[in-house]
Amino acid sequence: MLAEPQTKPDTPVRRPYRPGGLELLALAIVTIVIARPWLVAWLDAPWLQRWTVVFVSVVVQAMPFLVFGVVLSAVIAVFVPPAFFARALPRNPALAVPVAGVAGAVLPGCECASVPVAGAFIRRGVTPAAALAFLLSAPAINPIVLVSTAVAFPGRPSFVAARFAASLLAAVVMGWLWLRLGKADWLRPPPRPHTEGSKLAAFWGSCRHDIVHAGGFLVLGGAVAATLNAVVPERWMTAVAGNPWLSVLALALLAVVLSICSEADAFVAASLTQFSLTARLAFLVVGPMVDVKLVAMQAATFGRAFAARFAPATFVVAVASAVLVGAVLL
Amino acid sequence: MRRATQAVVLLLLGGALLRVGLTDAYLTYVKAGFRPILLAAAVVLLAVAAATVYYEVRERRAACDHGHTHEPRVAWLLVLPVAGLLLVAPTALGAYAATESGTALGAWENMSDYPPLPEGDPAELAVLDYASRAIFDEGRSIGDRRVTLTGFITHGANGEVYLARMILSCCASDARPIKVGLEGAGEWADDTWVRVVGRYSATQTRDAVNNERIPYLAVEGVEGVERPERTYE
Repeated sequence: MLAEPQTKPDTPVRRPYRPGGLELLALAIVTIVIARPWLVAWLDAPWLQRWTVVFVSVVVQAMPFLVFGVVLSAVIAVFVPPAFFARALPRNPALAVPVAGVAGAVLPGCECASVPVAGAFIRRGVTPAAALAFLLSAPAINPIVLVSTAVAFPGRPSFVAARFAASLLAAVVMGWLWLRLGKADWLRPPPRPHTEGSKLAAFWGSCRHDIVHAGGFLVLGGAVAATLNAVVPERWMTAVAGNPWLSVLALALLAVVLSICSEADAFVAASLTQFSLTARLAFLVVGPMVDVKLVAMQAATFGRAFAARFAPATFVVAVASAVLVGAVLL
Repeated sequence: MRRATQAVVLLLLGGALLRVGLTDAYLTYVKAGFRPILLAAAVVLLAVAAATVYYEVRERRAACDHGHTHEPRVAWLLVLPVAGLLLVAPTALGAYAATESGTALGAWENMSDYPPLPEGDPAELAVLDYASRAIFDEGRSIGDRRVTLTGFITHGANGEVYLARMILSCCASDARPIKVGLEGAGEWADDTWVRVVGRYSATQTRDAVNNERIPYLAVEGVEGVERPERTYE
C-alpha cells in the first residue's frame, strides 16, 4: 500500500503500451452500465439494500467534511508559515496540549475534517501531542456539535456541559499520554508527493493526494461500518441496558461500530432511552474520537502503526473520562 | 494509481455528488439541508480533478518526467460509492430497517408544548408529531379530531401492523424509525406507502426491539399512495 516513489531513467523513453488502471476503469464502467438492469435485480435483497444505503450515506455525508478539511489542511501546509504555530502555542509541550485541545472548539466541523487538519499541523512543526489533542477535541467540543447536543437533550444543560468536559478531558489526557509514552517512529505518515514548483501547484497537489488517499480509507471505513451496522442487531443492546457497567461498555462499542457523524450523534443518543445518561455520555465521548471510519482515516494520515496503538488507548481513556465526568455532573 | 487515473476518479466522484445533489436522489442518503454542502464539495472535487489534469499536461509538455508518485491502491475504493450513487441507486430505507431498529420516539419527550392541530378535516400530521402527541401529551391536543398520516407499512414481532416513517438527523446511517400502530387497518404488505385517516386511540404497545412505547391510531380509512419524494421525516 505504501508504494515507494519509483526511480526512472533520466531520459524519458516511450514505453510500450500496457493496459493500466485507466483502461480497466473504463472497461468496468461500460460493463456496469450495460449490466445495470441485472445488477439492480441482484441488489434487491432487503439487507443488501440497507447495506448499500448505509454505506453510501456514510461516504456521502463524510466526503464534504473530508474535502473541506483537506482544503483547509492544504492552506495550512502551503500558505501558513511554521513560525505562526510556534508563536501561537506555548513552547512547553505539556502546556501546548491543553491549549490545542481548547483550540479544537473553533473548527466547526466533524471528525472527518479534523484528521487532515491535525496532519497538516504535525507537518508544520506543531508538537504531535498538541496536534493529537486537537484531533480528538475538535469534533466533540465545537459549537455546532454542542448546540445539536443541547437541542437533542432539551432541559438538560448539565448533559451538554458533561459532553464538553469529558471530551476535552479525554483529549488532553491522550495528548499528555503521547508526550510520556509516544514514540516518534509510530507516526509514519505515508510518502507525500514532491512539492516543488509554485505554491499553487503544491496546494492542488496536496488536495489531490489527501482526498484520494484519506477518501479511499473513508470508503473502507464506511463499508466496515455498514457491515457491522447490519450484523449487530439492536435488540442485543436492550439485553444489557439494565447493567450500569455493561451498558456503558455496550454504548461505547456501539459508537465505534455505527461511525455516526459527531454533528448528528446526539440525536441517536437521545433515542437510546433505555440506557443511563452516563452510558449515553460514553456514546457521545467515544464516537467522535474512535470509530471504524475514523480509525481507517487515521491510519491513512498518520500510518497504521500509529492507529493500531492510538485508537485502543483513546477508547479506554474516553470511556474512563465519560464515567468520571458522568459520576460528577450527571 | 497514476495521476491521470486519479483525475478521472476525482471527476467521477465530484460528478456523482453533483448529480445526486442537483436531482433529489441525495434525499435517500442525507437530510434535505445537506444539499449546499454536498454541492460545494462536488465543485471542489471537480476543481481538484481539473487542476490535476492541468498540472499533468503541463509536466508532460515540459517532459520533466520526475518519478510520478504512485498513490496507494486504496484510492481505487473511491469507485465504489460512485457505482453506488450513479449505477445501482438503491431505494430509501424502509420496512426492513424499521423492523431491525426500535422506535426512536423517546428522543422527543419534552420537545414540544403541543400547539393546536393544523386546520382542516382531517388534519394532516407527521407520523412523529402524532406519536409524540399521543404518548407524551396523552392525546389531549388531538382530542376528537380526525387526522391523516402518511408512511410505509411494517410489522411488529407478533404481526402487529405499524405505520412507520424513518427520521434522519444527518444521514441514513443514523436513521431511526417512528412507529404508530394501526387499529383496524386490514392487511397490507411491508413497504406499501399508505395514507391513513383516523382518530386518537388510547391503546399502546411496546416495541419488541427496545421496549419503547408505540401509540395507536383508530383507523377510519386507508389508501395506497405513491412513495413521496422525501421518504424521511
